[in-house]
Amino acid sequence: MLKFDGVHTHYGNIEALKGIDIKINQGEIVTLIGANGAGKTTTLMTLMGIPQASKGTVTFEGEDITHKATDKIVSNGIAVSPEGRRIFPRMTVYENLQMGAITTKPEYFDADLKKVLGLFPRLEERIDQRGGTLSGGEQQMLAIGRALMARPRLLLMDEPSLGLAPLVVRQIFEIIKEINEQGMTVFLVEQNAFHALKLAHRGYVLVNGEVTMSGTGEELLASSEVRAAYLEGGH
Amino acid sequence: MSVNNQKNDMLALLKDAGIAGLIAAALALPLAGFKTFDVNGTLTAEPRFHWVLVAAIVTFVGRFTISIGQRTFFSSFSKAAGSSAGSIGAFIKKNQTTLAILLLTAAIIFPFSPMANRHSLDLAVYVLIYVMLGWGLNIVVGLAGLLDLGYVAFYAVGAYSYALLATNFDLSFWICLPMAGIFAASFGVILGFPVLRLRGDYLAIVTLGFGEIIRVVLLNWYSLTGGPDGISSIPKPTFFGMAVFSRNAQDGLPPFHELMNIEYSTLNKFIFYYFLILILALVTNFFTLRIRKLPVGRAWEALREDEIACRSLGINPTNTKLTAFAIGAMFAGFAGSFFATRQGFISPESFTFIESAIILAIVVLGGMGSQVGVVIAAIVLVLGPELIRELQEFRMLAFGGAMVLIMVWRPRGLLAFREPTLKLDGQDKKGDGT
Ligand SMILES: Nc1ncnc2c1ncn2[C@@H]1O[C@H](COP(=O)(O)OP(=O)(O)OP(=O)(O)O)[C@@H](O)[C@H]1O
Ligand SMILES: [Mg+2]
Repeated sequence: MLKFDGVHTHYGNIEALKGIDIKINQGEIVTLIGANGAGKTTTLMTLMGIPQASKGTVTFEGEDITHKATDKIVSNGIAVSPEGRRIFPRMTVYENLQMGAITTKPEYFDADLKKVLGLFPRLEERIDQRGGTLSGGEQQMLAIGRALMARPRLLLMDEPSLGLAPLVVRQIFEIIKEINEQGMTVFLVEQNAFHALKLAHRGYVLVNGEVTMSGTGEELLASSEVRAAYLEGGH
Repeated sequence: MSVNNQKNDMLALLKDAGIAGLIAAALALPLAGFKTFDVNGTLTAEPRFHWVLVAAIVTFVGRFTISIGQRTFFSSFSKAAGSSAGSIGAFIKKNQTTLAILLLTAAIIFPFSPMANRHSLDLAVYVLIYVMLGWGLNIVVGLAGLLDLGYVAFYAVGAYSYALLATNFDLSFWICLPMAGIFAASFGVILGFPVLRLRGDYLAIVTLGFGEIIRVVLLNWYSLTGGPDGISSIPKPTFFGMAVFSRNAQDGLPPFHELMNIEYSTLNKFIFYYFLILILALVTNFFTLRIRKLPVGRAWEALREDEIACRSLGINPTNTKLTAFAIGAMFAGFAGSFFATRQGFISPESFTFIESAIILAIVVLGGMGSQVGVVIAAIVLVLGPELIRELQEFRMLAFGGAMVLIMVWRPRGLLAFREPTLKLDGQDKKGDGT
């Protein structure tokens, strides 16, 4: 469904991605783990075209999207729940969800809204509350819900567990699983390697802008290097 | 507290007041220290240093009193004033529709009331122009969050477009009006393209520069704009192409009073202007209210909150900002062509930076984004200086002081829109999810 082929991404002179290859199949949950500054966010955002890759290609459903504008990529069927959630704090939950649907046809809105609120009953209870007054977990739900409103076939998530209590993290991961079981392909970036690898079908390990390892979730969980680097002392 | 401590405190206050007094003296020396005379065509100055002394003493005493006051009763006083202002604001907000209907009714009845005369109608038109400009700029600043310090440029483009089209090509007001709007909007796009990548302060400075460039071009392009002489005998609008506002028929059109079968009155023309600008302003208002509910309008507000989030949602920030800029400019263009036709004469002098500043002040004072707030702020800012004309040269001083007080009293503007309703800070993350 999605393929990175030797993708390089630069921020000015800094080369954040040094030629990475990643493949995501229809219906999978694929996770990308790595330390701070490894380039995980950059990988996701390169996919969205912010910034665009300087070398290599990104292909989505057979179409080269490397140099497409972000709004085209979104309407092609990719949506992101960005790092740090980035919901609109002064807008209500409802308005935030409306913003997610900005690239879709208005006639889908009501049905989509119902679907998202069915997935997150907590958001329905707080539909007229300002985004900024939600708790961290609720904000994360809103960020995912907002991304879903764009009717993606591929959902990108950047550290949805960031700053959440273990119980809430479990809830969020449950929901990701549920979304995936309904047919959504998920590309999940995580620091929380244990949970992510348990949930994911396959995973990639990113170190300093390069993919150093890949395999199924279980394989990576079992690998001594991954254990040493990302799991020791945690969870 | 020891006596010593209090003494130190007093000394600090005195020192503070002394510094303020010295600054005042330094400022007053060039501003008030000399009186200029015109003696046979040469400018001579006569010193009047006692005024400098007066300024220094007044500032010293004033600063000292305020400092003492701040330590004693001011804080509780300002808190009380702030909260009462807050409740007035909340009251107005709750009854905004009622208030809007009342204002509108008053606006419609006004020209037929005994209060209507040439002078009051002129003033009302003047206020309405600023209401319209305020609403137009509100789209750019209040909704899209783009600080535009050169809004007057679009007002000027509109005014000159109308003046040039009407005087050179003999086009009627009703054809020129939309054209002036389109011209102004295109200027908005032309300016917008290169600068909308900039943010905040940088954008403000570039727009400020743009405003000045337009004015300087108007001033120097003598063959087209008449430079400092401006353009005069700009045609007056007709009654929708059906009648003219003179005693006798003109250009084959009957006079308005004959068409309507009423008695001739010079007031008719002014009432017509009044309603014309009222309608133009209301169009601006309804357009804004409407577009805020549409995706574009929502995107403006979202962009003000978080540009990166907007980009990742597939909103194109540049295009979105550009539409805000262009639409804001278009309404300034409409207002400009109305201004030109009402004055009958325009020159670059009418489009200085101070106009931009007043319009921006109206938006800020009204409370960024509040439509009713803009109306109230325009009335305060435009009528205020007119009403205190008796104060003569101290007028602007009093006016500036009043502005400062209002902003201290209501820092978010008279009717702050979308005040963040903060709840408990740092909501408990662990307690969540149960
Ligand atoms: N806008 C930017 N400008 C310049 N350099 C950047 C920018 N964004 C990221 N970088 C650099 O690119 C590298 C990769 O950053 P990235 O945000 O992708 O890391 P990450 O894996 O998501 O880290 P984290 O887990 O902390 O979120 C870092 O060295 C970072 O400093
Ligand atoms: Mg990151």
